[in-house]
Amino acid sequence: MSKEWPLWEVFIRGQHGLNHRHVGSLHAPDAEMAILNARDVYTRRNEGVSIWVVPSAQITASSPSEKGPLFEPSNSKVYRHPTFFDIPDEVGHM
Amino acid sequence: MYAQVVKSEGSKTRDEMTPEELAFQDRIDRGEKIEPKEWMPEGYRKTLIRQIGQHAHSEIVGQLPEGNWITRAPTLERKAILLAKVQDEAGHGLYLYSAAETLGVSRDELMELLHAGKMKYSSIFNYPTLTWADMGAVGWLVDGAAIMNQVPLQRTSYGPYSRAMIRICKEESFHQRQGYAIMMKMAQGTPAQKRMAQDALNRLWYPSLMMFGPSDKDSVHSAQSMAWKIKMNTNDELRQKFVDQTVPQAEYLGLTVPDPDLKWNEEKGGYDFSEPDWSEFYDVLAGNGPCNKDRLGARVKAWEDGAWFRDALVVHAEKAAARRAVAAE
Repeated sequence: MSKEWPLWEVFIRGQHGLNHRHVGSLHAPDAEMAILNARDVYTRRNEGVSIWVVPSAQITASSPSEKGPLFEPSNSKVYRHPTFFDIPDEVGHM
Repeated sequence: MYAQVVKSEGSKTRDEMTPEELAFQDRIDRGEKIEPKEWMPEGYRKTLIRQIGQHAHSEIVGQLPEGNWITRAPTLERKAILLAKVQDEAGHGLYLYSAAETLGVSRDELMELLHAGKMKYSSIFNYPTLTWADMGAVGWLVDGAAIMNQVPLQRTSYGPYSRAMIRICKEESFHQRQGYAIMMKMAQGTPAQKRMAQDALNRLWYPSLMMFGPSDKDSVHSAQSMAWKIKMNTNDELRQKFVDQTVPQAEYLGLTVPDPDLKWNEEKGGYDFSEPDWSEFYDVLAGNGPCNKDRLGARVKAWEDGAWFRDALVVHAEKAAARRAVAAE
């Protein structure tokens, strides 16, 4: 079996100026071809205005087993949300 | 269904499960998604690879019966539409191969298993597409049956599979509607065109019913897959739904479903209909359908003929990377 094309992760920015968003992955021999393939595989219906491709091997992901210790600290900090504070109605919109 | 008779691994009662397996099943029961790097039972992983792989192969092989008509489409517009549809199928295959790859199998391995006859694709694609009306019937019936199965699979427990299904379902409705539009044109056309439309329905009706897989009473792998939420409905449920939806559409076209026993059953709120010939189904699955050899032969030829090109691009990429490395020094 010959060498398999490496895997790339594809990120696309949609029409409305939001962040690039991960949409999936694909195989391609190099970055240039990965962009062309991503155009055909992930934007057949005009889904994007910009494409990023990143070799999948370059992605470092948090481990599912660390989910607790990693995200727990923010659970107790409810004051980070605006609804934590009671503002009287007569103050008006805030 | 695009995945038929997927062999499922093991089926345990709660008493027989290890604590890990119990916790896993509880997560699924709570509706949580399972993601690639998380612990999963080996049977879940293997069954999913088989099912997603079979689904991906079906998308890819499914390009062939329709590709057959691209050069002979009746107008330039129809040709462009059919090309777009067949291109979508290639895309759907790729989404699904990527989803399978997150389970630790490579796309090339899946291809080789397909080419060696060790993995299946849907039996429906082993039937020929003899006339232009078949392009209508395939979109209407085959994609219709696929949608029936894929819509609930958007809620499947495995994250990457679910996300691939969501993407596919967004695009699939175009496929069915373009097929039905062809059928409307043919059915409202000349008597000869209407006969072609009826003939396409006659030939593709039962093979479409077979897409959902064997009857529940003979479907040995369903229970475990349903517990794992990688199968959301039984084969018979989906088949019934498909018939109930499709019969009025055939009536609108003025075409006759080729089943003398088809009858509305007020009590169950659905149609009674004849089962397909299951011996034919198993025969096609075993490799003896009208087009099995052609379909697999075409895939193997494309893979082998393209090998030099895939390899050349790898060599080119490696040389370019080496040149960049030297330039950077």
